[in-house]
Amino acid sequence: MARIFLGLEQRRFTGGVAEVEMQASTVKQLIAKLEARFPGIAEQLEGTAVAIDGSIVAHATYEPVPEDAEIHFVPTPSGG
Amino acid sequence: MTNPEETTPSKPDYKYIGTRPIRPDGLDKVTGRARFAADLSLPGMLAGHVLRSPHAHARIVSIDTSAAEAIAGVKAVVTRSDFPDLDPANPEYNVTRNLMARDKVLYEGHVVAAVAASSRHIAKLATEAIAVEYEVLPHVLTVDEAMADGAPLLHSDLLTQNVEPEATEASNVARRTVLERGDVEAGFAEADVVIEREFTTKPVHQGYIEPHAVVADTSQDDTSVVWCSSQGHFRVQSQTATMLGWESSQIKVIPAEIGGGFGGKTTIYLEPLAVLLSRKANRPVKLVMSRDEVFRATGPTSGTRIRVKLGAKKDGTLTAGKAWLAYEDGAFPGIWGMLGCWCIFTPYDIPNFHIEGFDVVVNKPVNIAYRAPSAPMAAFATETVLDEIARAVGIDPLDLRLQNAAKEGDASPLGPKHGPIGLSETLDAIRKHPHYSAPLGPNQGRGVATGYWFNIGESSSASVNLNENGTAVVATGSPDIGGSRASMAIMAAEVLGIHPDRIRPVVGDTESIGFTDTTEGSRTTFATGWAVIEACRKIVTELKSRAATMWDVDGEEVEWVDGEARHTKGDNDPLPLAKITAAAKQTGGPLTASASLNAKGAGPAFCSQVCDVEVDPETGLVTILRFTTAQDAGRAIHPSYVEGQMQGGVVQGIGWALNEEYIFDGNGIMENAGFLDYRMPVASDLPMIDTIIVEVPNPVHPYGVRGVGEVGIVPPIPAIANAIHDATGVRLRDLPMSPVRVLEALTNGNGNSDGDA
Amino acid sequence: MSRTHVSCTINGDETEFLCSDDQSLLNALRDELLLTGVKEGCGTGDCGACSILLDGRLTCSCLIFAPEAEGSTILTVEGLAEGDHLHPLQQCFLEGAALQCGVCTPGFLIAAKALLDNNPDPTETEVRYGLAGNLCRCTGYDKIVRSVLEAASQMRESA
Repeated sequence: MARIFLGLEQRRFTGGVAEVEMQASTVKQLIAKLEARFPGIAEQLEGTAVAIDGSIVAHATYEPVPEDAEIHFVPTPSGG
Repeated sequence: MTNPEETTPSKPDYKYIGTRPIRPDGLDKVTGRARFAADLSLPGMLAGHVLRSPHAHARIVSIDTSAAEAIAGVKAVVTRSDFPDLDPANPEYNVTRNLMARDKVLYEGHVVAAVAASSRHIAKLATEAIAVEYEVLPHVLTVDEAMADGAPLLHSDLLTQNVEPEATEASNVARRTVLERGDVEAGFAEADVVIEREFTTKPVHQGYIEPHAVVADTSQDDTSVVWCSSQGHFRVQSQTATMLGWESSQIKVIPAEIGGGFGGKTTIYLEPLAVLLSRKANRPVKLVMSRDEVFRATGPTSGTRIRVKLGAKKDGTLTAGKAWLAYEDGAFPGIWGMLGCWCIFTPYDIPNFHIEGFDVVVNKPVNIAYRAPSAPMAAFATETVLDEIARAVGIDPLDLRLQNAAKEGDASPLGPKHGPIGLSETLDAIRKHPHYSAPLGPNQGRGVATGYWFNIGESSSASVNLNENGTAVVATGSPDIGGSRASMAIMAAEVLGIHPDRIRPVVGDTESIGFTDTTEGSRTTFATGWAVIEACRKIVTELKSRAATMWDVDGEEVEWVDGEARHTKGDNDPLPLAKITAAAKQTGGPLTASASLNAKGAGPAFCSQVCDVEVDPETGLVTILRFTTAQDAGRAIHPSYVEGQMQGGVVQGIGWALNEEYIFDGNGIMENAGFLDYRMPVASDLPMIDTIIVEVPNPVHPYGVRGVGEVGIVPPIPAIANAIHDATGVRLRDLPMSPVRVLEALTNGNGNSDGDA
Repeated sequence: MSRTHVSCTINGDETEFLCSDDQSLLNALRDELLLTGVKEGCGTGDCGACSILLDGRLTCSCLIFAPEAEGSTILTVEGLAEGDHLHPLQQCFLEGAALQCGVCTPGFLIAAKALLDNNPDPTETEVRYGLAGNLCRCTGYDKIVRSVLEAASQMRESA
């Protein structure tokens, strides 16, 4: 099962729950499952990048979610 | 002076990576042949000029352009009524309202109208003839003023994001960001030393020597060709189209040679004005900013107020960290405060922390990225407090950082664990450098600091075409702001096995190359380089297949080594690339390949720096005596240009630390909008900048590349502040540390010496 | 506004152009003669990107009115190379990686030439002060100074 870590802004939708275990084949599916469990969270996660086992991916909608992965939703950084 | 060293664990045997060929665009640049946007001319071209607000905050009551339009030679005028109003939910809504003011002007310099005429002189006269009636409003210039109760509001519909309970009343605070872990109060209770300090910084400009410039040639069928100075021509294309209500495909953007960006050219200021003026006049239009306009209406980076509190045990272990940050966003909301929160403690492993940051709008030009945006101000705070902690517990400042440095596997404040990172290696490199043990004289002092920057991946496209004579054209969509064309040629050379001199790296326009994200976030060598590598690998596969055809053997019997096909299971003579390309038409047609990717796994950049200063006790002048920077580049593709990025970032940091600031009068008008009084470093202010390139390869990238362009600007400010303290016993916590301020601190000593809370 | 006729020598060639009386020499070089090697970085004489040699003296062309160039001898970056031989300064800038974006490079080359014309054996400090009228934001000046010192050394050797 992948472990999903939720940041402060996301915990508003989870009643304070910071870590969730669930499995999905892609990030898109993962977000759908999270939305089913915590309504409203999907909009909060829109536009974020996803860190999969530490590797940050922007536009991660169809990224596969490996079994036992550590997932963080992080805002998309920029630069100069 | 020492030469740059590279400290590298077992390096693969590269043929071209790590060499220093002359940059392909160099000859044109030393002979004056290189064409920057303002150098371009088209037949019938008109000159444009922009009318800008003289007020920091005002409602636009009316605009009358009739007198301007009547002037002989004036061919087109545009105002707010020529541009569509976007849905506020559109992500580019604020950009379009910065490009042209709508109901209000929000800073001195905000665009009100633009004119195209047969000469610059007439265009300027025409803008002066445009009659604008303003209702002047009160303004706010700093985070303190903007956050105060009853402060005049810039946007009546701006509600602070991420506050509890949810905001219902408009404010100048656009966003609140919070990051936390563990229990800070318990962490501070565990500490033997707790230090809390407050810092302020001023807005500074990226300072590129080339002002913004664009030439637009629009046809009656609403299509336009645009040449511009930009870090990202695909973004120019989409933002310009959005502003006009057009489709992106109506605009072709050709990137001219760019004269510096540093983040300041990752947005647009002129292009839609030029495109529409050209459409109305039915002639090409050139719009170039003056330096005055560059200061009043572009950039800068945020002014800030930051409080940092750190706790440590007497053995030096950090137990807790608390930070409060307020960043100016300029006239429209941005993410600068949020970015500051992400950076402020990230180089270190602090088990308990609470970070709270605010993005605040003020009546100043809209802030845009400046090299590792938001990180230098955050580092100023953390790195000087760390210095105080080091002294309080009696541990060497480098050792304190080494002890608490984030390592591979540690969780960053945002959550994800770090991959392999070179922070410890850069600290060690500084310690071993002769600079660190050089003797110091009277009024001299030494300071160290560490910096961190994320680096990003994002999307890039590349194509490679092999010419009949065995040369290659490698095209990407990344404007070259630091020497990336040289690096693309080297990476392509390494894959293809031919010399970089046989490779022409070019930057394709929006119609010639696939979509490529902006040159920013230290992404280009990493992500665009990766696309180049993939395209070249594809073409090597094709080259092997052609060789097999030419030998009439099975494809599996061919391998590619050192730029030639070799027959592994037989004794055909090797076929060098040029022989295969010469026969391309007979073996299947011209040899081309392309690749694109959404790059993942951009490794963060860490760097450590040491700085020696001498402080003149009579004038407060701070002279930099020595400066050494050590940075983890992952893999330095072209070491001279990695060094160049490191040195450039350091010197921008020095200017930011010692001299640069925006000065406003009581009416919100900038008083120093020129290079005389906005004082950037010159050669006589500086010593040589010694560089140490450390290579801890980024495991995801084919050649181990880690972005290098930005992080060098992060440590100089605190390194200098720590050095000034070492020299004088005085701590400055307000930027810039100009002679006036240093002298005042030396004379008064109060509020700024050790031990003050 | 009527235009003034100016005759002068630019990069060894006798040249004529028309300009208005309030036009800077910088604008005349770029807009009338299409010699775009000189750049406008500030227009106020503070950045050196418009540097030329005017009768042998280092000058910001943005601070000269175009009519003042009547009868003068001007050197711009386009005139530095001799035929297809680069000036040692140009070659050393290339080999020493003394440029990144390159917009300040023409000005630095002219300023460095002026320095070496007057002082063929400068110290590092003298190079830094000789170039203090030129702003570079990309390089931090380190490689520029090294390249000028190297060029000076090569020029002394071949003199």
